[in-house]
Amino acid sequence: MNKKFSVKTIVAIGIGAALFFVCGRFVVIPSPVPNTNISIQYGVLGFMAAVFGPIAGLLTGLIGHTLIDLSWGWGVWWSWVIASGVFGLLMGLACWKFPISDGIFGGKQVAQFNIAQVICHVICWGVVAPVLDILIYSEPIEKLFAQGLMSGVANAVTTAIVGTLLCVAYAAAKPKKGSLTKED
Amino acid sequence: MTNLFNYIDRPSPIHRLTGATKLVCLLLWSFASMVTYDTRILIFMPVVSFALFSVSKIRLKDVSFMLWATVVFMVLNNVMVFVFSPQHGVSLYGSRTVLFTIAGPYVVTAEQLFYHLNLVLKYLAAIPMVLLFVCTTNPSEFAASLNRIGVSYKISYSVALALRYIPDIQREYHDISQSQQARGIEMSKKESLVKRLKSASAILIPLIMSSMDRIEVISNAMELRGFGKNKKRTWYMARPFAKTDIAAMAVCALLLVAVICDAIVMGSRFYNPFV
Repeated sequence: MNKKFSVKTIVAIGIGAALFFVCGRFVVIPSPVPNTNISIQYGVLGFMAAVFGPIAGLLTGLIGHTLIDLSWGWGVWWSWVIASGVFGLLMGLACWKFPISDGIFGGKQVAQFNIAQVICHVICWGVVAPVLDILIYSEPIEKLFAQGLMSGVANAVTTAIVGTLLCVAYAAAKPKKGSLTKED
Repeated sequence: MTNLFNYIDRPSPIHRLTGATKLVCLLLWSFASMVTYDTRILIFMPVVSFALFSVSKIRLKDVSFMLWATVVFMVLNNVMVFVFSPQHGVSLYGSRTVLFTIAGPYVVTAEQLFYHLNLVLKYLAAIPMVLLFVCTTNPSEFAASLNRIGVSYKISYSVALALRYIPDIQREYHDISQSQQARGIEMSKKESLVKRLKSASAILIPLIMSSMDRIEVISNAMELRGFGKNKKRTWYMARPFAKTDIAAMAVCALLLVAVICDAIVMGSRFYNPFV
């Protein structure tokens, strides 16, 4: 069986999507731009992608976002669903090599994680979501970029705070690699 | 669980269709509604979807909350489009028929109003079908349907796990949030945004830790039972296709083909009454 797509990854995607759903559906802070909420789920998604890798990030974003849209009943907004998936994928690619599971998430990783997440948010909400919206719905560009900018900034702020705290807390709870020494 | 996704179990021809059929139809239908801007087709699609509502014995009352959410969303989106780009219709349809002026650049044109009509119709074409799918498909059948339409069973199983654990995680979130609030964490509007985000993290950290343990436990249990050993997997909720299933899928496929042909014949996705 493919090592990269282990049972653990499958379960992580399922639980991650459930977490994404719960955070996105029930922890909502309204923002001034319509149809755009400040939501903390991207912090969770960034964390899951950093721990379980790009495939888990991609699928967690896709499944979680689709389920949120289905439960609200406003139709599945495919352009934004795909953008969420792309965010998970890119974060996974950028942060997969982090030794979080070995209990290490120091200053260097915090900086890398945050630079990566800001770039990923710019790509997703500044490029992927608006371009797909133009293709699918042909809405005016100005409106889409305003929405994209608003949610991009909001998501970057929440990811910076929530995502970083989660990574630090998770790393602190893991035993450090080589923290046990063999007695003679 | 069923409340969250609003599955309503009633005997009707739509409920009897397999989940896979409804999923395929939903995808084809959504895709058709995304592709076309032909007003004539866009008027026809909502009529059909509301007719299907009555066939499925789902009353509008059952989905009133979701419909309201949709209406608010639709109105806000239209206002946004007008505020940001009052001349969008003019650039799309290539002509300009001024009706009246509000102020400055906010000139109301027939083209802009026609574009808004199309936008509203597009929502009305796509959204009732999603509601219908959510109301008539048993969530337990959903994963089996995904596998049926060719998604790898491992990914389908992830979806099944997500659906299975959403209520658990929701309950846990609620419990943690209550106990943290009892310890003095403030989540209401009285606090600043950054403070609220930090409070949200104070709830999330225990939630994530317990979820990580959950991942460990579930994946061990699945591995012990040999999950992922074989190339295929059967589903308790899977049902064989009946004739009606194939007919429903064929109709939706025809719709998509018609929409694409229409766009090719017209030479554009937009139906333009102004030239």
